Amino acid sequence: MSFHPHIEYATFHRSERKLAELGDEFRYTSEHQAIFDELVTHYPPDQRKSAILYALFLVQKQQGYVSGASMRFVAEQIRCTPAEVEDVVSYYTMFYTKPVGKYVLNVCRTLSCALLGAERVTEELSAKLGIAPGQTTPDGMFTLMEVECLGACDRAPVLMINDDGWHERLAPEQAGTFVDDLRARGYAALTGCHLHVEKK
Amino acid sequence: MAYEPVLTNHVREPNAFTLDFYLQKARGYEGLRKALTLKPNDIIEQVKASGLRGRGGAGFPTGLKWQFVLKDTPKPKYIACNADESEPGTFKDHVLMERNPHLLIEGCAIGCYAIGAKVAYIYIRGEFLHVQETLERAVAEAYRAGHLGKNIYGSGFDCDVFIHRGAGAYEAGEETALIESLEGKRAQPRLKPPFPAVEGVYNCPTAVNNVETLCNVPLIVLNGPEWFAGLGPEKNGGPKLFCISGHVKRPGTYEASMHTTLRDLVFGDQYAQGMKDGRAFKAIIPGGSSVPILLEKDLDTPASFDHIQKAGSLLGSAGLIVMDDTVCMVWLAMNLLHFYRHESCGKCTPCREGGDWLYKLLQRVERGEGQMKDIDLLFGVATNIVGKTLCAFGDAAATPVLTTLNHFRNEFEAHIHEGRCTLPAQWRAKGPMLAGAH
Repeated sequence: MSFHPHIEYATFHRSERKLAELGDEFRYTSEHQAIFDELVTHYPPDQRKSAILYALFLVQKQQGYVSGASMRFVAEQIRCTPAEVEDVVSYYTMFYTKPVGKYVLNVCRTLSCALLGAERVTEELSAKLGIAPGQTTPDGMFTLMEVECLGACDRAPVLMINDDGWHERLAPEQAGTFVDDLRARGYAALTGCHLHVEKK
Repeated sequence: MAYEPVLTNHVREPNAFTLDFYLQKARGYEGLRKALTLKPNDIIEQVKASGLRGRGGAGFPTGLKWQFVLKDTPKPKYIACNADESEPGTFKDHVLMERNPHLLIEGCAIGCYAIGAKVAYIYIRGEFLHVQETLERAVAEAYRAGHLGKNIYGSGFDCDVFIHRGAGAYEAGEETALIESLEGKRAQPRLKPPFPAVEGVYNCPTAVNNVETLCNVPLIVLNGPEWFAGLGPEKNGGPKLFCISGHVKRPGTYEASMHTTLRDLVFGDQYAQGMKDGRAFKAIIPGGSSVPILLEKDLDTPASFDHIQKAGSLLGSAGLIVMDDTVCMVWLAMNLLHFYRHESCGKCTPCREGGDWLYKLLQRVERGEGQMKDIDLLFGVATNIVGKTLCAFGDAAATPVLTTLNHFRNEFEAHIHEGRCTLPAQWRAKGPMLAGAH
């Protein structure tokens, strides 16, 4: 019996090893291979493992997610075991082990953004797209994600789109039109998250 | 006398991030030139005399940290710059790296020279790709102009700066977890000692410094330690960046001296300009989500490491989160515990299991299904996390619960008595989906 019978605790971090699907055979394009080979030189020769996060980002850039086959490929590149790669992939939130939509909408849900309506933004996006956080629309266009603090709390509520697009101060009422705008115009619909003095 | 910004004075000017701008307008790389004419130990002494304290959260004197870096060893030494800015409410390094990247690069180079390192790694969080691009451009410019690389200014000093991208882990902001992540592993903390100054990156002596800390170093070398110390209260010298977010009219990053009071920062015209929508002030978290709450009565405290500590909280990373009277404190604790539960690296049991347990208890109270004994249980679980983990994360995760119980126990009791949330604000989720479904 649980120490505290009313609450089922210790379920969140329960160790569950879910092997990623192997997927198609994976190799870097020659361009990505060249980038990786350069990045490895930033670290001492016996410390290739330091480049593992970069190696995985390159995988994700190339095929959108990290498959089992690509983990094996990265293990060969890094010269470590596939289990070590899996260990890293399963820890960091920015790696996806399943295909995601063209636009991953990462809504910051932590305090500063929540105080200014981030929960409502997620609800509105969810209603507009017809999916719950963590899911992808059937047409493969959008994945909705709730993420923890993105480090841009003065522009709350903040969204990160994929890992390179930002949209700041999205009012919940604008969430629907924002989705339409993003679908129509792509990244041109985003405000960015810069002190973009040069563009003003 | 009005305070003149020295770290962020040019950030809103066009092309402030370029090398040309930095050289012409900001005495760029003069600090490094001067540093290379001094002995490394003299620089450490200057930084010690300036009283510069780490800007990442702990406020540890930077000069001492550098002095502790093991000297008599054949191993290489490293600077690891902590640019993993992920403490909720903090976004100061974001501005510095995006608009004044050369100042950081210069700080890294001086730091390397001072401790005898040849390589600095800037560990930047994976979400800051747009910042990383600016930083990479700046590093490339610095190499081309001979401010980095081999035999800088003919002094015989070599220095490389590399940028290392993280991939989404709050815990990577802890210094030993950052080192683990830099080595290509899960970002989980190490047992200390040995401290990074003895065994850090690749088990070599390492100084781990925050972005803002390193940005202050060129200014100290250039203007002298007395100038730096004179900018703030005793032992709290230098410029400080304050990140103000939440229910204020003008959230943003503001540079001020640590003489400035919390009230000025929240209500002052040149800072956040007071509460949004004319609401009443309720509470402030003065140093990122990991520190205790302060109330209206504490607002006249100067925002310095020592003053805030005396008032019962911590300056931490100087992320000020301001809350108006629509904020339910049970909800606040629940929101933050969702964060800590998710970000716990899982290495130490009290934090991994306790965080989840606290979150579930808070959920139950927030939904109005709690019992009075849950309050004691919350207190008991939280106090059993504090001090029982390898890193400060455990204490940080327990803090939102302990501080809300301390100041707002009546709100917890009201939830339990009335069987519902007594302060359901308009800006919170309307449906059940986000009210703790996951």
